[in-house]
Amino acid sequence: MSTQEFRTAQGGRIDRSRPIRFRFDGSDYTGYVGDTLASALLANGVIQTSTSIKFDRPRGIFAAGAEEPNALVQVEAPFPEPMLTATTVELYDGLVACGLGGQGRLSPEPDPARYDSVHVHCDVLVVGAGPAGLAAAAVAAETGARVIVVDERPEPGGSLLGTRETSVLEWATSVADRLRSNPEVKLLTRTTAFGYYDDNFVLAVERRTNHLGAAAPAHRSRERIWRIRARRVILATGAHERPLAFNGNDIPGVMLAGAARTYVNRYGVLPGRRAVVLTTNDSAYEAVFDLLDAGVEIAAVADLRTGGSPVWGPRCAERGVEVLAGYGVADVTGADRVSAVTLAGPDGSRDVAADLLLVSGGWNPVGALYSHAGGRLRFDTDLGSFVPDGCRQAVAVAGAAKGTFGLAGCLAEGAAAGREAVEAAGFTAPADTRLPAADEQPASPTAQVWVLPGDESRQYVDLQRDVTVAEIRRATGAGMRSVEHVKRYTTAGTAHDQGKTSGVLTSGVVAHLLGVDVGELGTTTFRPPYTPVSFAALAGRDRGMLYDPVRVTALHPWHEAAGALFENVGQWKRPWYYPRDGEDMHAAVLRECRAAREGVAMMDASTLGKIDVQGPDAAVLLDRLYTNMMSTLKVGSIRYGVMCRADGMVFDDGTVIRLAEDRFLVTTTTGGAAAVLEWMEDFLQTEWPDLRVHCTSVTEQWATVALVGPRSREVLATLAPTLAVDNASFPFMTWRDTEVAGIPTRVCRISFSGELAYELNVSWWDALALWQAVYDAGQPFGITTYGTETMHVLRAEKGFPIIGQDTDGTVTPQDLGMDWIVSKKKADFVGKRSFARADNHRPDRKQLVGLLPDDGTTLLPEGVHLVAAETVATGALPEPPVPMLGHVTSSYHSAALGRPFALALIRGGRGRIGERVYAPLGDALVPVTITSSVLYDPEGARRDG
Amino acid sequence: MAEQTTVRPTVRRSPLALAADRLADVAAATGGAVSIAEVPFLAQLNLRLDPKGPAADAAGKELGVALPTAAGVAARAGELTIAWLGPDEWLVIGPAGGEGDLEARLRSALGTGHPAVVDVSAQRTVLELSGPRVRDLLAFGCALDLHPRSFSEGACAQTRLAQAQVVLIARESGAFWVLVRSSFASYLADWLIDASVEFTGPQA
Repeated sequence: MSTQEFRTAQGGRIDRSRPIRFRFDGSDYTGYVGDTLASALLANGVIQTSTSIKFDRPRGIFAAGAEEPNALVQVEAPFPEPMLTATTVELYDGLVACGLGGQGRLSPEPDPARYDSVHVHCDVLVVGAGPAGLAAAAVAAETGARVIVVDERPEPGGSLLGTRETSVLEWATSVADRLRSNPEVKLLTRTTAFGYYDDNFVLAVERRTNHLGAAAPAHRSRERIWRIRARRVILATGAHERPLAFNGNDIPGVMLAGAARTYVNRYGVLPGRRAVVLTTNDSAYEAVFDLLDAGVEIAAVADLRTGGSPVWGPRCAERGVEVLAGYGVADVTGADRVSAVTLAGPDGSRDVAADLLLVSGGWNPVGALYSHAGGRLRFDTDLGSFVPDGCRQAVAVAGAAKGTFGLAGCLAEGAAAGREAVEAAGFTAPADTRLPAADEQPASPTAQVWVLPGDESRQYVDLQRDVTVAEIRRATGAGMRSVEHVKRYTTAGTAHDQGKTSGVLTSGVVAHLLGVDVGELGTTTFRPPYTPVSFAALAGRDRGMLYDPVRVTALHPWHEAAGALFENVGQWKRPWYYPRDGEDMHAAVLRECRAAREGVAMMDASTLGKIDVQGPDAAVLLDRLYTNMMSTLKVGSIRYGVMCRADGMVFDDGTVIRLAEDRFLVTTTTGGAAAVLEWMEDFLQTEWPDLRVHCTSVTEQWATVALVGPRSREVLATLAPTLAVDNASFPFMTWRDTEVAGIPTRVCRISFSGELAYELNVSWWDALALWQAVYDAGQPFGITTYGTETMHVLRAEKGFPIIGQDTDGTVTPQDLGMDWIVSKKKADFVGKRSFARADNHRPDRKQLVGLLPDDGTTLLPEGVHLVAAETVATGALPEPPVPMLGHVTSSYHSAALGRPFALALIRGGRGRIGERVYAPLGDALVPVTITSSVLYDPEGARRDG
Repeated sequence: MAEQTTVRPTVRRSPLALAADRLADVAAATGGAVSIAEVPFLAQLNLRLDPKGPAADAAGKELGVALPTAAGVAARAGELTIAWLGPDEWLVIGPAGGEGDLEARLRSALGTGHPAVVDVSAQRTVLELSGPRVRDLLAFGCALDLHPRSFSEGACAQTRLAQAQVVLIARESGAFWVLVRSSFASYLADWLIDASVEFTGPQA
């Protein structure tokens, strides 16, 4: 086991009393609580984490946060998770991980952890708990406003955590404590705001138990998506340091200067022993001094500015650090790790031995969320960075995210943003704001440099995608002038890090190659998510049985106990069939069909949509929406109806029950219930607001039991002794309110099977009692429960279409052979005008017909196409395109017919009755004969029992 | 076929009768953080009428409180709750068994015009949620701002909880009524029980 030889003797925000064992790439190591996997690896002298995806080059830890382009790892235990950055994986006991060359592996095991999401609202959302964010939150929270602060790190402090600003960090800690104890404030650490949408809707992901490893409590969700709706948003998202393109800039040991500073200060880790520093700006000097004080030897500082740094130059001289103004890096030597750096400048070149090369090419304000929100960015030439430049949303940017890099400036700007936001949200901000004193170094301007002289094929721009300057030159050489095109052509900026370090550098390199201004060129578009978000988190609790709501009827428990198999109909679970011991579906359905045709059977029809239509103009509304006349329906009677859309195509069908002069109960198909109600409301509210009608859904007020078969009247009579059930007293298509088994019931004589049948409607609460009573009373008659499959067979035998199965939005009532349902008397109704279209009178429109396979045994698959005899005169299908006549829409075995049959939509079908056509099934051509769509009891003799 | 002896009610049954025990267990499992119970068989009438017409005044007199005309308000009158569902639509909720009487009273009070009164007592069932974490529980699946500053006693909304359409009413003592379509009740009960797992262990 390694001994953390790169750990400093003291310091850092790690807990040295709590060592942690972990394994990386097969070797065992120790680290401390507070480490990331990256800091612990560096402490053990491991800097290379993988080899690159395209060129197989060694790659090492490059950054210290979410911007890391290189150090992708796969966590293997306790639960496998791919594509994490070592710089953001908190170390925990028992962590097993390995380095990844660009691609990870999903676990084949189900993830046992919980994931969830929460909606939350606030007056002010602060993204980032660094100095600017905390200053903003402190002001806002004091007013009593509801404030949410999110920060991706495990503890608040932001950039302060990587510095030696102890007094400001103490202030930060006290602010955080105050925020935590404020009941109107949520301070969410380990939480990344990853998407910013319209109306200040921000998504964030909180990693709640990942850092606990195997000790994570099972009841807590592992990750949580916060859906935040904020009146005002303050983005204090800081800045990312950017690298430079130079020869060998991808060798492990090349690291961002600010990252090295973070490793030393926050984690007590030395990223190397002897460093060379390459910089375009003053910020790298702070790293120089922090590393120096921690014991790292600074071999040289190459400052690309010809004048170097007026502030830091003399201080370096005092400490004996050599600063080479106007120098850059000509090359880096080293196979798996930097061993020497070749510096070149006005006075020639020299090789410097080093195991670490720190780079600072300037700082990019993190503008991703601001861009998601619709904010514009502009290039600030003094800063050498893109900065926010206006947004349509109620958002402010503060601190380094706005290009304000000095600590005092960040604090003041944050406090001002907090004050402004909270006052805009209607609160009164405190008169004065106490901010800690902070040193602020006067900074000299950043040099705008992107590429150093050298071999472009060895100068990396996107380390994860292995994109070099040479490749970008190929893109611009091919004529590309937009960074968006260059991005797509080279893949620069498309990796897991979405170009956090490489994006602006790519723009800079393109500008350099084209000789244009980088500000004119702009950046590529930022899109959510800001950092990768696991699909498990996005799915949350909407998985397994909760993935989609399961709607059930009041009888569902009975069906389950009866061993029914279920069919999904929309969100409903409907009994499909009820197999008896040893029965397959075929046998069960034949048995259920026989019972309905020969004895008595019952079905749960509660899923039918039901709408109460009330008002003096109710009949007018229904006349306008159905193709047939409803106003002539007598109270106590029932009529079947079809609705068409304005294009004349069938939209839904069902029955209309007239309860009173001004009141109807309309039923719809199971799947059409919501659409029909919306259709009615739409017309009432937009086209005919003058109609005095109200529509109310009562789908679940009423449960419906279908009682079907020649013996159904006898069963009903035993249960409803006071009801006159003879055909004359209770004719077809009428209804009666009565008691069935002592339960108030509306009995409707409706048949969807052609048999004598009743629909018994009771309160949803009474459904089970009624069902059981019918079932019990039916025993002497051999009553049989049946499901949707038998229902389909029975109705298909009668040629009753199912809207949505036998129709597809291109079928008129006339196509269904239902010319009789289209009123010739009504002045108008929805769809009427379209029936006059020439196309609706084409003789070769597809029409609903029946099909009988000639062999009497073949069950045609639904959807199979049909071809004319002349098309297959040679005994085989011709070369495509094959002229098709139509297709099978429904197909079943029929107990009543003793053979399989089908319904089909066939061109000019009704004129082809008696014609033999062919269904190509595999290599065979199955001969079938076209028949009327009504195959059973065409004279309707069975309807009255 | 299996014997039909397990399920044999002779009386009416509420949509969540079979979930009652599992719902009741939530309070103990969460240490009282949330409690969930079905309030079955409440009378519910859907009322549609012109809020500016005489029927509105008549309804108010009959119910004992003016029909709320502001969006998102549920008025109370004794045992009755009148929830605003839309500019011309209310849900009147009353004690179990009262729907027949209430419907008759309203029908005769409202007179002609064209008010619509529809018994929807069985259309939705009522879940009562209470306990100190009830708002947090609802926030797992409801996008509305349920903070007491914006959704306090007497507030109501037609909204979505998880993937179910609900009517949400803030009641006294920080409790909520969730009215859910009977066919979705079992899904929503499962969802609520699953959501409450977060509160079953030590809270961070």
